[in-house]
Amino acid sequence: MAADIWTALFIGLLAAFVGYEVISRVPVLLHTPLMSGSNFIHGIVLVGAIIALGFATTPLEQAIGLVAVIMGAMNVTGGYVVTERILAMFDRSKKGRGGTP
Amino acid sequence: MIAWQEPLVDGVYVLAILVFILGLRAMSSPATARRGILQAGVAMLIAILVTFVEPGLSNFALIALGIGIGGLAGWYWARVVQMTAMPQMVAVFNGMGGGAAGAIAAVELLGNLGDRSISGLALAGGVIGAVSIAGSVIAFLKLQGWLRSKPIVFPGQQPVNMAVLAIGLGFGVYALASLEALWLLPFFVLMLLFGLLLALPIGGADMPVIISLFNALTGIAVALDGFALVSGPLGDAGYAMVIAGTLVGAAGSLLTLLMARAMNRSIGSVLFGAFGATEESGVAIQGAMKPIDVDDAASLLAYAGTVVIAPGYGMAVAQAQQKVKELTDLLEAKGVSVKFAIHPVAGRMPGHMNVLLAEAGISYDKLFDRDEINPEFPATDVVLVIGANDVVNPAARRAGSPLQGMPILDVDGAHQVIVIKRGQGKGFAGVENDLFYKENTRMLYGDAQQVVGKLVQSLKKLE
Repeated sequence: MAADIWTALFIGLLAAFVGYEVISRVPVLLHTPLMSGSNFIHGIVLVGAIIALGFATTPLEQAIGLVAVIMGAMNVTGGYVVTERILAMFDRSKKGRGGTP
Repeated sequence: MIAWQEPLVDGVYVLAILVFILGLRAMSSPATARRGILQAGVAMLIAILVTFVEPGLSNFALIALGIGIGGLAGWYWARVVQMTAMPQMVAVFNGMGGGAAGAIAAVELLGNLGDRSISGLALAGGVIGAVSIAGSVIAFLKLQGWLRSKPIVFPGQQPVNMAVLAIGLGFGVYALASLEALWLLPFFVLMLLFGLLLALPIGGADMPVIISLFNALTGIAVALDGFALVSGPLGDAGYAMVIAGTLVGAAGSLLTLLMARAMNRSIGSVLFGAFGATEESGVAIQGAMKPIDVDDAASLLAYAGTVVIAPGYGMAVAQAQQKVKELTDLLEAKGVSVKFAIHPVAGRMPGHMNVLLAEAGISYDKLFDRDEINPEFPATDVVLVIGANDVVNPAARRAGSPLQGMPILDVDGAHQVIVIKRGQGKGFAGVENDLFYKENTRMLYGDAQQVVGKLVQSLKKLE
């Protein structure tokens, strides 16, 4: 059991470096979509919420688990739609530039 | 776990994580950013669906109900919201993630109170998740204008906050020691209260940094929940949460530092400095604000060789982007070179102004950031400041000003400055703006959309 947690710690350490490396190359222009995009990625919390609710036994656990799933689902869908909307604008402006001399 | 399910689920999670990383990477360039989020979206969807294959799950109806409610609410709200309200939407959805992390921690604590390694990690996840949702709610209320954006301070604030944190943690530790779940209730209540108290004294100008900070915190809370889950029955989902959560935690922390640096603020002073609560005293500004009428302003612009537009949040609030685009097209038709000076924290988030201008169809090769455009101001004929205040305040160069040291756009170096402004009030930071009193500055009062609209009319008449 404890071994799993140590393995997870090693993986987490590596992920921290990846996160640092990936973002250090992002231009200011994309900071807002990036914040929104990373907000979407921690929406993976929904998977944890599904498991928490899926193994809940008492009514109290079920109630809290349901709250977790609702919030997690909001995080993941809202985070995705907001990011997509922001990035869609950059796409349109790119086409616009192609059209003007 | 049944033989065929384990490799399927694990494989999908590994693939999803890989796509998340590649997706974040793709977002580092405007050309590939959209593809990045699409890929990450598909990966997320598959990762969520494959979770249902995991054996031993029950409460499927409740799960479906929760996803239905949360998914529809999130989707609808994110669809209908105005682009100007994007920062508070990120705050809301981030808060939801923090809340979910806190609630998962609560379920884990209720089910595994006796297992010290799990309950300890879940407790930590609970602290950060609760602080993140409560703080995000305050950030939302302040940005939405439902709560005054100035710092809310009271005497003894820091000791009170620390006491709330310490007592709350005490309840949590006691719950673990005594194995009595009832003590978790005051623990979570006090942690939520601490999150509220933490965000209250933070001024509106610092909000982008705080949203980014809470975003990173939510990532860490998700990772901590993941740690608590890895030794449970479905450990593979825990690993996915550890990686994705830590990825966001690290990326978000760095982004927070970058933003704070752009404003010349340290994280400590953002959290505890109550920026803007103190008034600068003893500095009397010389001169008076000099108004200009629309026609004069229009001819100044029309006969200039180079114009730089410095937009701020006021332009966004007034929805003036479209009019600004028209103005730009008209000026360019007259042979005027038009550039946009984008301060890193113009608007309410880094890059926010770029998004709003892009929405109006202004191509991003006309947008220049502070370091690129600042050397050009002395050679610029007219600078048009639209609804920006603190980011063009030369007081930032003066010792003793609350803005001291904040990097600004040096618009006061241009030959002529025209400021479009709603009234004579101060900016978000609550500091008087020296620029408005300068000899070469003219004030054009009114709602940004109406004023720019009138400028467009006036320019058309000049033809």
